[in-house]
Formats: sequence, C-alpha cells, structure tokens
Amino acid sequence: MSKKIESTLLNMILSLTIIGIVASFSLGFIYEITKKPIETSAKQKVINALKEVLPEFNNDPMSEKEIINDIEIYTGKKNNEITGYAIKTFTTKGFNGLFSLMVGLLPDGTINKIQVLDQKETPGLGTKMSENSFLEQFYGKNPSSFKLFVKKDGGDVDAITASTITSRAFCEAVQKAYDALMKKKSNQKNTITDSTSYKTKDSSSIKNDNL
Amino acid sequence: MSAIKYLTNGLLKENPTLVLVLGTCPTLAVTTSANNAIGMGIATTFVLLCSNILIAAFKNYIPNKVRIPSFIVIIATFVTIVNLVMQAYTPDLHKSLGVFIPLIVVNCIILGRAEAFAQKNSVFHSILDAIGMGLGFTIALLAMGSIRELLGNGSIFNYKFVSNDAKTILLFIMPPGAFITYGFLIALTNNIKKKFNI
Repeated sequence: MSKKIESTLLNMILSLTIIGIVASFSLGFIYEITKKPIETSAKQKVINALKEVLPEFNNDPMSEKEIINDIEIYTGKKNNEITGYAIKTFTTKGFNGLFSLMVGLLPDGTINKIQVLDQKETPGLGTKMSENSFLEQFYGKNPSSFKLFVKKDGGDVDAITASTITSRAFCEAVQKAYDALMKKKSNQKNTITDSTSYKTKDSSSIKNDNL
Repeated sequence: MSAIKYLTNGLLKENPTLVLVLGTCPTLAVTTSANNAIGMGIATTFVLLCSNILIAAFKNYIPNKVRIPSFIVIIATFVTIVNLVMQAYTPDLHKSLGVFIPLIVVNCIILGRAEAFAQKNSVFHSILDAIGMGLGFTIALLAMGSIRELLGNGSIFNYKFVSNDAKTILLFIMPPGAFITYGFLIALTNNIKKKFNI
C-alpha cells in the first residue's frame, strides 16, 4: 500500500482544488441531464390540475396566464368562449405554513372544483383537505353568497375535525382566488373605459395609469 | 470470513440507527409512512455507497489535515445528484421527503463511516460496509415508518387495513409518536442483542 501524502500546504491546496473541480463538473453534467425532466414534471403537474378543475376547454390555458397579487390565473376557453378560470392560489396560514391550491371558478365566480397542489399539513389531520368529503361542500357554491369561513367563525364551511387551522387557511386561499378573479374582471372593465377615454381626454388616462 | 462480518456488522451489531443512534434527525422526521422511510433509506444508502467507494479509493491522495472538508465536498456532490435525480424522476417522493434529502449531507452515518471505516480500509471492504450500514438504516427506518403508519393511519404502503372513517392513533403520525416508537425499537434491539449475545 502506498503511503498517504503529507499535509503540506501545496498538497492540501492541490487536493481540495481537484476535488472541487471534479465535483462541480459532475454536478453541472447531472444538472444538464435532469433539467428537462424536472421542468416537464412540474409543468405536467400544473396541466393535470388544470384538467381536473376546469370545465371543458380546448385552448391552451398555460399560454393565457395572468398574475394578480402573486396569484396565477389561467383562462379556459372553448371555441373562444370563456368556460372558466383556474386559479393557482396559496396561503401562508396553514398549520405548517405555505400550501397552494388550484381553484376552478366558472365565469360568474361559482366554484367548480378545487385541487390541493403542494401541502405539508399534518398527515392524517390537515391532509384530509385533499379528500372529496371536505372539498365537495365548496362545489357549485358562489363565494358572493357562500361565506368562506368555518362555522366556528360564523361562516358556512364545515371544518375538518381537529384541523380548524388548516380549514381556515383553506378558506382564505379560496377567498383570495375569488378576489383575484374579481380584480381581474374589474381591471378589464377599467382598461375598456380607459381606452375609450384615451381618445377624448389624454390627461385623465395618464392620471389613471399612475394610479 | 471477515468480509461477511463487515456486511452484517451494520444490520444488528452496529446498526447505525438503533445501536449507534446516529442520523436520528431523518429517522424521527421522515418516518411518517413506510413509503417515505424506504425512499429515505435508499437515498442514504446510495450516497453512503458512493462516498465510501470514492473515499476508500482516494484515501492516500487526501492529506490528513483537509480530510473532513474533502469528505464533505464528496458527500455533498452525491447528495445533490440524488436530489436532482429524485426531483426529475420521482417528484412525489421528492416532495414528501422535502428538505431531508439535502440534509443527508450532514447525516452523521455517512461522515462517520467515511471517517471510521472507508479511510482506513480497502474499496471492497468499504463497499460491504456501506451496503451493510445502508441496509441497517433502511430496515430501521422501514420498521419505524410501518409501525407509525399502521397505528396512526391504519395503513402500510398506503394499503388500508381499516375502513376510511375508523379512529386511528394520530399521535403516532406526529412527532411525539416518532420518539415513542424510536424508544421502543431501541429497547427491543437491546433486548435481542442481550439474548443472543451479539
């Protein structure tokens, strides 16, 4: 067996440098290989969720994405008519912090379907929010009349037993999705009135832009 | 003869989790289900195997004074590789193991085997040692994960043994359940070791 090399300054620098270079090259190589599959699997997940929560559509909702307050809105269209919106919303108030949902809303804001995307709630308790027994109470309800609070807080939502915090956070996320859609709609109205007033009154539209 | 001893060492006599009590962080945190436990066990075994091989092969070219940084860089490289590969091909498992994959870097079992075994022994023996230790770790995790999933969720590997609305002991899914299960498993191992004089 050959003798171990001594710990001289030159040896230490050389060996650490070589290890560093080899490590970074191999990591770069693996990164290149796995880059594509990682992207496609992330994209596939969004597409699957879209298919799940949207009513019929035949456009590509991924290309019609809009972001309002960090919330992503995908528009589903069939023959150029809007059939619904899929809204990727989130909350930071979950029992273990952040979780995100894909909420499908019909054009008038009625909840079509909801799917849980990423979550790290307590297994067996908070994770029950992904089950249909909890989700179904939202379907077909319109947040303008259906109060998105748990019953304990005076709302209409049956909370998951022993997971009130998760249920509250869930309601908040759905409410955020609805609000984002309403904001998008009012924005659209504004842009229409803006563009008409643009021709007549230049100065007022500039003011509006600044707002 | 001695070669087999290196292989079986990690299974019971020096089981990294149940006897040496190393790597407790992933042991307690990810064993909420049998699936997670197996995933973590395999990922750790892979990293352990690769780092043991490399360190045993190049042990004579790594100066003694910088051996720890060298080992850590080698280990971290393999962990990052595992992390990327899992993200690409098993995204669900990657999601449920979360931050504990990158944390394999600081798992004492891996640095411990590099320091205590691979840098003093041949490549072949290091391979056997890594497989034995990795298997021991995986078995311990699997036992923990199965017990906790069975008692806490009524299932093993997502196969339900009880009806959906049956009451289960949720405590076992939560952190205190991890400590309780761990304690009982260590006691059991000690008992077995005593009885058979291992």
